[in-house]
Amino acid sequence: MIKKEMIAMLLAGGQGSRLGVLTSKVAKPAVAFGGKYRIIDFPLSNCINSGVDTVGVLTQYQPLRLNTHIGIGIPWDLDRNIGGVTVLPPYEKSAHSEWYTGTANAIYQNLAYMENYNPEYVLILSGDHIYKMDYEVMLDFHKLNGAECTIAVMQVPVEEASRFGIMITDENRRIVDFEEKPEKPRSNLASMGIYIFNWKTLKEALIRMADQPALDFGKHIIPYCHAQGAPLYAYEFNGYWKDVGTLSSYWEANMELIDIVPEFNLYEEYWKIYTKSEILPPQYLAATSVVERSIIGEGTDIYGKVYNSVIGCGVTIGEGTVIRDSIIMNNTVIGAGCELNKAIVAENVVIQDKVRLGVGEEVKNETHPHIYNQGLVCIGEKSVLPAGLTVGKNACIFGKTDKEDYQDLTLSSGKTLIKAGDE
Amino acid sequence: MRAIGIILAGGNNHRMKELSQKRAVGAMPIAGSYRSIDFSLSNMSNSNIKKVAVFTQYNARSLNEHLSSSKWWDFGRKQGGLTVFTPAVTAENSTWYRGTADSIYQNLSFLKSSHEPYAVIASGDCVYKMDYNKLLEYHIQKKADITVVCKDMPQGTSIERFGTIKMNEESRIEEFEEKPIVAKSNTISCGIYVIRRRLLIEMIERCAQEDRYDFVKDVLIRYKDQKRIFGYKIKEYWKNIASVEDYFQTNMDFLKADIREYFFKSYPDIYSKVDDLPPAKYNVGSKVKNSLISSGCIINGEVENSVVFKKSFIGNNCVIKNSIILNDVYIGDNSYIENCIVESRDTIKANSYHKGEGEIKIVVERNDRYMI
Repeated sequence: MIKKEMIAMLLAGGQGSRLGVLTSKVAKPAVAFGGKYRIIDFPLSNCINSGVDTVGVLTQYQPLRLNTHIGIGIPWDLDRNIGGVTVLPPYEKSAHSEWYTGTANAIYQNLAYMENYNPEYVLILSGDHIYKMDYEVMLDFHKLNGAECTIAVMQVPVEEASRFGIMITDENRRIVDFEEKPEKPRSNLASMGIYIFNWKTLKEALIRMADQPALDFGKHIIPYCHAQGAPLYAYEFNGYWKDVGTLSSYWEANMELIDIVPEFNLYEEYWKIYTKSEILPPQYLAATSVVERSIIGEGTDIYGKVYNSVIGCGVTIGEGTVIRDSIIMNNTVIGAGCELNKAIVAENVVIQDKVRLGVGEEVKNETHPHIYNQGLVCIGEKSVLPAGLTVGKNACIFGKTDKEDYQDLTLSSGKTLIKAGDE
Repeated sequence: MRAIGIILAGGNNHRMKELSQKRAVGAMPIAGSYRSIDFSLSNMSNSNIKKVAVFTQYNARSLNEHLSSSKWWDFGRKQGGLTVFTPAVTAENSTWYRGTADSIYQNLSFLKSSHEPYAVIASGDCVYKMDYNKLLEYHIQKKADITVVCKDMPQGTSIERFGTIKMNEESRIEEFEEKPIVAKSNTISCGIYVIRRRLLIEMIERCAQEDRYDFVKDVLIRYKDQKRIFGYKIKEYWKNIASVEDYFQTNMDFLKADIREYFFKSYPDIYSKVDDLPPAKYNVGSKVKNSLISSGCIINGEVENSVVFKKSFIGNNCVIKNSIILNDVYIGDNSYIENCIVESRDTIKANSYHKGEGEIKIVVERNDRYMI
C-alpha cells in the first residue's frame, strides 16, 4: 500500500487583489519574483529540499500561467512515479458542486487526493511567501511535542502584530489561545500560514466542519481543534520570511535581493531555489550600458543604464534609457531614451521610446490608494505605452494604449488607466 | 523525419591544448550557456529526428554529465530517444574506438535494429543551425548515395586542417582530400553527412573486414568514384572549434548582434541542460561593456569584450578584457586578465596578472577557494 509520511497541500488559488494589475490575469503565486522566479517556486523548492515529494497545488483564480509553469513538476524534481506534483482545481460533483470557498474548504474538497497517499501528516502551505524553510525540522518539532497541529510562527514588531493571526503560547510553545488580527495583541508571535496536521485530526476536523460556509483554517479549523483539546504547538521560525501580498512589500522584497550579501541569498549552494527556465542564452551588456546594484535574468539585452533594479529574462532595454529602483519582468521591451523610477513593469510589456515613468509630484492614487502607493508606478502585463508618454507616481496603466488614450501624452500622478480588451 | 541521428563526439584534440585535457571536444562550453554538442543535438531535435546515438570515448565525464538526461533536448521519449555509446568490452571486441567508422561498427546493432531509412551523421564540435530535412530532400533529389555538407571558406582561412572538396557542376564530389598540405579548393567538408542506413551498414562492415577505421578516409575518399557522393553547400554560420584560436573566435562571434539574433532569438532554439542558477548579479563597482554574462555570475569589477560563463565570480577592481571565463571560476580582487581563456573551476588569487601576448593564453590555476 502506498504510504507517504508527509504530503503537502499548497494553496495557490487566491487572487491577491492587493497586487493590483499584477494579478489581473494571473494568480498571485504565478507572479514573477527576483528576476527569473515565480512566487510559487519558493514553497515548491522548500518542499523538495525538505524531502516532501508529494504536493497537491490547489488552484482556482486564473490558473493558466500557474498550470503552464508547474507542468508535471520537472524543474523541482517533482515528476515522480508515486506522488510528485498534482494540480487540483475545483471540480463538479454529482451534488453540491462549489468553488473553493475558503482555505480549508479547498482542502476538504480534496480529501480523496490526500487519502490516496495514506499520509501520517499533512503540511498546509500558501503560495504567496518568500522564504527558505526546512519543513522536516518543523515536523521533528511536531513529533517531539506529540502535537496534533503545529503552526509556524515568527516574531513580528508589536505595532505590526495587529495585522496577523497572533498565537499566545505557554513556556513549552504550546498554544493556549489565539487572536485573529487583534487590536491589542497579547503576543508578537504571528502565524505564517504554515501548518502541520496529523492526518487523522485534520480529516476529522474537515468532515465535522464541512458545512461551515467559507471554511477557513485560521477562523474555523484551528479554533475547532483547540476546542476539542487537541495539543497545538507553535514552531518559531527565525529565518527570512516575507509576505509579498502588497505592491510595496513585493517591491521591497525584490529590492532586498540586490544587497551585497542579501538576507535572502539566492546564491547559496545549499537550499537551491528551482524554477522553470525557459530562456537559456546569457545576457548581453552593450558598450553603452551601465549596470550597478542589480540582478538580471538570462537572455536579456541591455543597451541603457540600470541602477538598483531587478530585471527578468528576455528583456530588452534600449540605449539611453535609465532605470532606477524598478522591477522589470520577463520579455518586456523598453525603447530608447526612457526614464523609469520605482516602476513595476509586468511581463510582455512594450514601452516605446522616450517614455518617462514615475516623475513629478507624489499624489495619492484616486481610486485605489491602498494598492498603488509609496510612489510606485505599476504597468500590467502585455500593456503598450506609446512613445513620449509621461506617467506620474502612484499611477497604474493596463492595456494596449496609444496616444489617443492620453491627454497631452501624460498620465499624472495618482491616476489609473485601465483599457479593457480581449487580450 | 525518416532518419536516425549519429553524433561523433569521441575525439580529443591536442590542438585544444589544456582545454581538452579534462573533456571531450563535444563538451566544450560555448557562448556562455551552451556546450558544443548542444548545436548538433538541438538541430536533430528541431529537425524531428527521434532517435539519436552519441559516440564518445575520450574523457567523457563532462559530456556524460551534460547528457545525463535527454529531456533538455526533448529526447526523453518512448519512441526513440538519446543513447550514449562508450566503448565496451564484449565477446567479440575489446578495443577502444579506433576511428569514427570503428565507433559505428562497434555499435552496429543500433543501426541494424532501427527502421528509419536514413542516417544523419554529425559531429559534436561544430556551432551551427541546420534543418536536416532540407539536407535529406536534397539527398533524395540528387539520388545520392552519400551527401556531404560543405561550405566555402573565405580566402585566407587556414583550411589545411579540414577535408577539402571539389565538386563538378552537378555538385557531385570529384575530389576529396583530408587535411591537404596545399588545398586545391576553398570548399571544406563540415563533417555532416546523410546516407541510407542500409548502405551505411554495408560500408561500415566492409571497412571493418579490411581493418579500416576512419569514416572520411576509408568510406568517403575511398569510394568517391564508385558511389554517388554529393556536396550540399551551406551559406549560414558554421564554425568548427577544433583549435584554441577557433574556439576563442567562435565564442567572441557571439558578441556580434547578428550572430546572437541568429542563434538566441530566431526560431528554432538551441537547447541545453538547465542548471537552476540565480540571475546574474552586478554589485557596486561593476562595469560591463560589450560582454555576455551568464546566470549565477556575481560581478564586482570591470568586464570588457568578454564572454563570462555560468556561476563565475569576479572580484572588486578586477579588469577582464577580451577574454573567455569558463564555468564556475573565482577571480580574486584586483586581478588583471587580458586575451585569456580561463579554464572552468579555476580559482585565481587576488592581485593576479594574466595577459596573452600575441596568442590566447590558457589560464589553469587551481588554488583553494574559500567562499563565504
